[in-house]
Amino acid sequence: MADIWLADFVINALLAGLGIAVICGMMGCFVVWRKMAYFGDSLAHSALLGIAIGLAAGITMSLAITLICLTFALLLFWLQHRGVLATDTLLGILSHGALSGGIVLLSIMRIPVDLHALLFGDILTVKPTDLTLIGIGLIISTGLMIKFWAPLVLATISEDLAKAEGVNTKFMQILILILMTITVAVSVRMVGVLLITSMLIIPAATARPLTRSPEAMAITAIMIGMLAVVGGMVLSIEANTPTGPSMVVMLAAFFALVMTVTGFWRKS
Amino acid sequence: MIISADNISHRFNNRVVLDQVSLEVKKGDFITIIGPNGAGKSTLLKCLMGLITPDHGQIKRKPYSRIGYIPQRMAVNPSLPITVARFIELNKSKASTPNRSTLTDDLGINDLAHKPIHSLSGGEWQRVLLARALQDEPEAIILDEPAQNLDISGQLQFYKTLDEIHQNRGIAILMVSHDLHMVMASTQQVVCLYHHICCSGAPQTVARDPEFAHLFGQDMAKMMAIYQHQHDHDHHHGHHHDHHHDHHHGHEHHGETPHG
Repeated sequence: MADIWLADFVINALLAGLGIAVICGMMGCFVVWRKMAYFGDSLAHSALLGIAIGLAAGITMSLAITLICLTFALLLFWLQHRGVLATDTLLGILSHGALSGGIVLLSIMRIPVDLHALLFGDILTVKPTDLTLIGIGLIISTGLMIKFWAPLVLATISEDLAKAEGVNTKFMQILILILMTITVAVSVRMVGVLLITSMLIIPAATARPLTRSPEAMAITAIMIGMLAVVGGMVLSIEANTPTGPSMVVMLAAFFALVMTVTGFWRKS
Repeated sequence: MIISADNISHRFNNRVVLDQVSLEVKKGDFITIIGPNGAGKSTLLKCLMGLITPDHGQIKRKPYSRIGYIPQRMAVNPSLPITVARFIELNKSKASTPNRSTLTDDLGINDLAHKPIHSLSGGEWQRVLLARALQDEPEAIILDEPAQNLDISGQLQFYKTLDEIHQNRGIAILMVSHDLHMVMASTQQVVCLYHHICCSGAPQTVARDPEFAHLFGQDMAKMMAIYQHQHDHDHHHGHHHDHHHDHHHGHEHHGETPHG
């Protein structure tokens, strides 16, 4: 049984998971700070349409997901600035429209797919090419994040204050959308369309009571995500459970533990 | 001139918020904008700061001038952990570092440096925002109802600090305020705004203006006029007036005045 840990597919899955934990840890902090959980969820749902279009058109799945998510994000950005409907209403329409559109398209094209894998992730089938894509996503998102960290945090604290002090806040908004798109595109394989938001918000929320600075929160969230990836893999292999949900179960357990130990429940 | 609005008009959802408003902030000014809720006060400040582009008219700004801004009711999401020291220097240039320690000293917030910003009182938070705004040595600061969430003694303290900043650092101040009695006592120029500028000038003049009575009601106008009347008898600049208006709101002052 111990040999399985040296198998290629397990090592690939672990590497992929750890890379995704880094991206989701950083991005998740902004999702929590900016109250974008629902947005993340919707973006992830739209990834299913990307997958369907990718399969139908025969283009790389990651590329298709990135394109569709980016279109979705920009469409939402534009609609938001029209100010006709509330953001959550728009998100609900776009998100479920894209999710259902994806399923219908897959069924019309009669493409045989493992819907379970699309919805809940399938990290054990990660291939070296996927690893390369995760690596590229990791470098781009970490680079952008570090380069624009201070103005991003300031614009998150107060859009008005940041703009008054000369920060290009429109650019920061678009940067957040691009980073979210990258995050969703690389994470879909691991935890699936339905569970991506948990990889974003649970590590960040767990890190919050343990930290006193935005940087520390991001780094702690990354480490918590990594722990959950390893823990979820162990659970998955030893108990033969689905890997993505196993990681999310780990995250939820960490969250409950930290909240209880730090007494954060009692605060208002 | 440091910054000016030149005949600006702006609408929100087809409602006129600003109607041909002109305002100029010069070196040494201490201007307070007063007006009822929804009068367009915050919109005017946002236009000046470039946060909103007005439909008509122009904002002119002295080239390379630095202007500090303190937004209205600024609250940070508690899910974002940050200490006072980190917040003050966030996204600011290293060049401002020497100013920071003197500033935090002057504003009396040195002890707060390592505290999370969510643990601060309203008064402490306003001082932290001031420190952030002042570190680049701005020529003017623009504040949107800065004393809104402070209790009376906090308000007094805050207006006193503002006055010191104005006097000692030679920084022009433009602010929106609802605290009429404080405004009448501490500011040099009052601008009464209700979509358009109804009246403006020295506090004494504004308090007697029929437009002021129209906006704030006869009772308020009478109270301010009496208040101002006693000021005139006392000192032209309104110093040491605490013993004079006990029958109006002396209980709020406890012998301390906005001018110290």
